[in-house]
Amino acid sequence: MQGDYGYVVLFLLIAVGFAAFTLILPAALRSLKVIPQKPSAVKGTAFECGMEPIGQAWSQFNFRYYFYALAFLVIDVLVVFLYPWAVSARGLGVAGLVVILTLVGIVMVGYVYAWKKGVLKWT
Amino acid sequence: MVTFDLVFPAWQFKGLPPDWPGGFWWHFIVFSIIILAFVLTLVIMFIWFERRTLGRMQARMGPNRVGPFGLLQAMADAIKVMLKEDIVPNGADKLVHLLAPLVAFVPVLMVFAVMPFQDGAALVNLNIGVLYVMAVSSISTLGIFMAGWGSNNKYTLISAMRDVASVVSYEIPVVLSLAGIVLLAGSLSLNDIVRSQAQSVPFVLLQPLGFIVFFLGGMAEINRSPFDLLEADSEIVAGFHTEYSGMKFALFYLAEYAEALVLSTLVATFFLGGWGGPLLPPWLWLIVKSWAVFFVLVWIRATVPRVRIDQLMTFSWKFLFPLALLNLVVTAVEVVAWPEALPVLLIPVNIAVGAVLVILLSRNFKPGGSQVEA
Repeated sequence: MQGDYGYVVLFLLIAVGFAAFTLILPAALRSLKVIPQKPSAVKGTAFECGMEPIGQAWSQFNFRYYFYALAFLVIDVLVVFLYPWAVSARGLGVAGLVVILTLVGIVMVGYVYAWKKGVLKWT
Repeated sequence: MVTFDLVFPAWQFKGLPPDWPGGFWWHFIVFSIIILAFVLTLVIMFIWFERRTLGRMQARMGPNRVGPFGLLQAMADAIKVMLKEDIVPNGADKLVHLLAPLVAFVPVLMVFAVMPFQDGAALVNLNIGVLYVMAVSSISTLGIFMAGWGSNNKYTLISAMRDVASVVSYEIPVVLSLAGIVLLAGSLSLNDIVRSQAQSVPFVLLQPLGFIVFFLGGMAEINRSPFDLLEADSEIVAGFHTEYSGMKFALFYLAEYAEALVLSTLVATFFLGGWGGPLLPPWLWLIVKSWAVFFVLVWIRATVPRVRIDQLMTFSWKFLFPLALLNLVVTAVEVVAWPEALPVLLIPVNIAVGAVLVILLSRNFKPGGSQVEA
């Protein structure tokens, strides 16, 4: 069992190594003068369709999906409970089904409320 | 019946025997090489295939100069992009800007660690495979967000925000539609899911609704057209990778197509029977099925125009999510009420239920029309 996750971690090392290699390669080639390196003021500015950028991008930003994210959290937690039940649904039978449907029903009340309240609306 | 496996027994490679000396490391080395070769080869082939097919669908040639039928175009692009100057904007967060492509690409590669290429032939056959796939594949969103935020460019920031919005919305229908598969198979292991399909029928017949939800939701999660709002060229330049050049850009490009490959192989594994199939060797069946799914992806890209952000959110929350939930409830009732039911009887029932639900929901579904109002 532990060996299984050992494989996952080892493969993570391989994957990170592969990605890091492709990132380090240009740096190595640059030091060998294969890749050009001529920075300039215009090159260094952020590209915003040719206009000179005004101010930083790191400012206050209305990302609008705050309520979607909240609803996502609630329902995602529900889904975490659904998976263990789904694996053993045959063994748990009708009793398990009733319990899970009750749980889903409770969360769905919140979903319907959010919908009626107009939260699931991109304003 | 003479099958491919009998003619070429060498293709029946299922990993090394467990009593092999140092078997753990040999298994790891062999399967790491197999996965890297599988991903890189198929990604290059998919890039070529997409460009050629899109060309054909748009009544033009597509790349046809480099190599036979333009097959080596991706290689030429790779060499070109490797020799480009690496430009980092002055105001950027240098570390985040550097690490973003890595964070975006690594999780996509990690998904293949549990992908069964044949019966039992995977790097690791985790008993929580489905959960692992869903958890790991969501991490690449973080890489895209890092790219958008670290570039210090307003358009990349908007693009990153859009990506998070789409992933937050489409994660739920995707995960719920897979719960139906888990119910039928009774296991979270990918190999067991494929094996239970080999014993009955491909789950696309038993879960037509789940298939539709997973396919559309997956397309939105990997930002394929028509859900590619974060790369909407007409609005926000090139999206999150506007400020990237050279190998960093190449890594994003690679990650994008590797995600398309992940979606194709996952749809093939969960719904189309994975490695199961007659005559051909199992790994070839997996490639053939993935390729067929990818062709549908390209076809949709050539056909459907890009959606608007409010339509994107509405489509997930008010259409796909109720559909996925109803599908799960129907499947659960079927599994509990008739645990030993024949698939032959359930197939017409499920297809009929799916069709009725889709028609009913789409009658009540208004994607906003011409106004930004859902």
